Amino acid sequence: MELATPLSSRTLENLRCGQEVFLTGVVYTARDQAHVRLAAALRRGAKLPFELKGSIIYYCGPTGTPKGKVIGSCGPTTSRRMDALTPLLLSKGVAAMIGKGNRSSEVRRAIKRHKAVYFVACAGCGALISTYVQEASVVAFNNLGPEAVQRLRVERLPLVVAIDSRGKSVYKD
Amino acid sequence: MRSIPSRKITDAVSRLCMQANFELRRDVLRALRRAQAAEKNSRARRMLEAIVTNAAVARRERLAICQDTGLPVVFVELGQDARVAGDLKKAIVKGVEEGYRKGCLRDSIVGDPLKRGRPGFTPPVLHIDIVPGNKITLAVLPKGFGCENKTQLAMFNPTASWRRIKDFIVGAVKAAGPDACPPYVVGVGLGGTAEYACLLAKKALLRKIARPRLQGAGSTRRLEKELLAAINKLGIGPMGLGGATTALAVSIGTYPTHIAGLPVAVSISCHALRSAKATL
Repeated sequence: MELATPLSSRTLENLRCGQEVFLTGVVYTARDQAHVRLAAALRRGAKLPFELKGSIIYYCGPTGTPKGKVIGSCGPTTSRRMDALTPLLLSKGVAAMIGKGNRSSEVRRAIKRHKAVYFVACAGCGALISTYVQEASVVAFNNLGPEAVQRLRVERLPLVVAIDSRGKSVYKD
Repeated sequence: MRSIPSRKITDAVSRLCMQANFELRRDVLRALRRAQAAEKNSRARRMLEAIVTNAAVARRERLAICQDTGLPVVFVELGQDARVAGDLKKAIVKGVEEGYRKGCLRDSIVGDPLKRGRPGFTPPVLHIDIVPGNKITLAVLPKGFGCENKTQLAMFNPTASWRRIKDFIVGAVKAAGPDACPPYVVGVGLGGTAEYACLLAKKALLRKIARPRLQGAGSTRRLEKELLAAINKLGIGPMGLGGATTALAVSIGTYPTHIAGLPVAVSISCHALRSAKATL
């Protein structure tokens, strides 16, 4: 199934766990330290580097970009480490997340509550995933190095729905 | 005494860092292909196909196999009749810095574990051993932290049954579950002291994955076979989405230990088990 951003609430609600999709559009990379900074900005009421509402967050910290390439190796990192701050971001309107591996039951409940979706990308396949990225630019936290927030435009990125908007998971617990 | 210029060591380490990160080990690739041929689950087969394709893209494009280019662990075997002209440790650190920078590999190392801060390429973790001869062997193992975080150590009683030890090892893989990029290669360290068992487990990951017909000879090899079968019964599968391939191999390293104990360490590697070795 083909998906294009922004993902409508209807599209999100129709996705089912286990389904394989191809995503085209804009995603924002954010991992451990970027989550801490986004959460701190939200608590302070400060302006965020990108609109959370309707956004897709990709748990990814790419390598450096080799000459002549759009981006370096850029696969997903372990999602569980972001679990503690995920319910907060979902409550601010994040529509979907892309990562690898299972999530906590709190995250699963928050996904259901906010009718969001959690996708998994091909884990450990950063070189292959880089071939689906058409544009990349740092939008915030440049001093975090690989953990900076980048805006990526992806074309037909293959994903699997791991937790759907009903809170159903592809993983056995 | 044979003299080895430190520049040669720096150049070798730099080259090995890039080789390990760009070129998936042949034995790992062969094991992935064998698993792909044996999988009955079609999604598992496609996931293994993607992993093999990823390795081909990385090799062709000189891109890192995985964006987590690891904390580089460098194993040094220094011949006692070799003399390094210059500073050995500095030469290795410089090689890592040069290789990671030149290869556009990731700056994943923070200078302070608590304060964190802006990450850089170094320092690596060094394990230096003195061996007979006049050569120096360098092995670079870029260890990704998704799987490093799943490491487990247990200090068993000397009277513990194999059954309990086996449950612990299989349990460590079960706890890693779908999170650390299965199919895994599982390194096991049996014996020594607590820290030595961890080193044995990590070093076991450097061992070449044997072809099936070469597996099973010798008592440790038999245990590896038994553990691999038990792990693959977990059904975690490639990417954790189910299948018969939860691990590609189990590799055990052993060492004598104390009458009062039995340390057991489990070091898990993701499917992107990367290492490269050279002797100067």
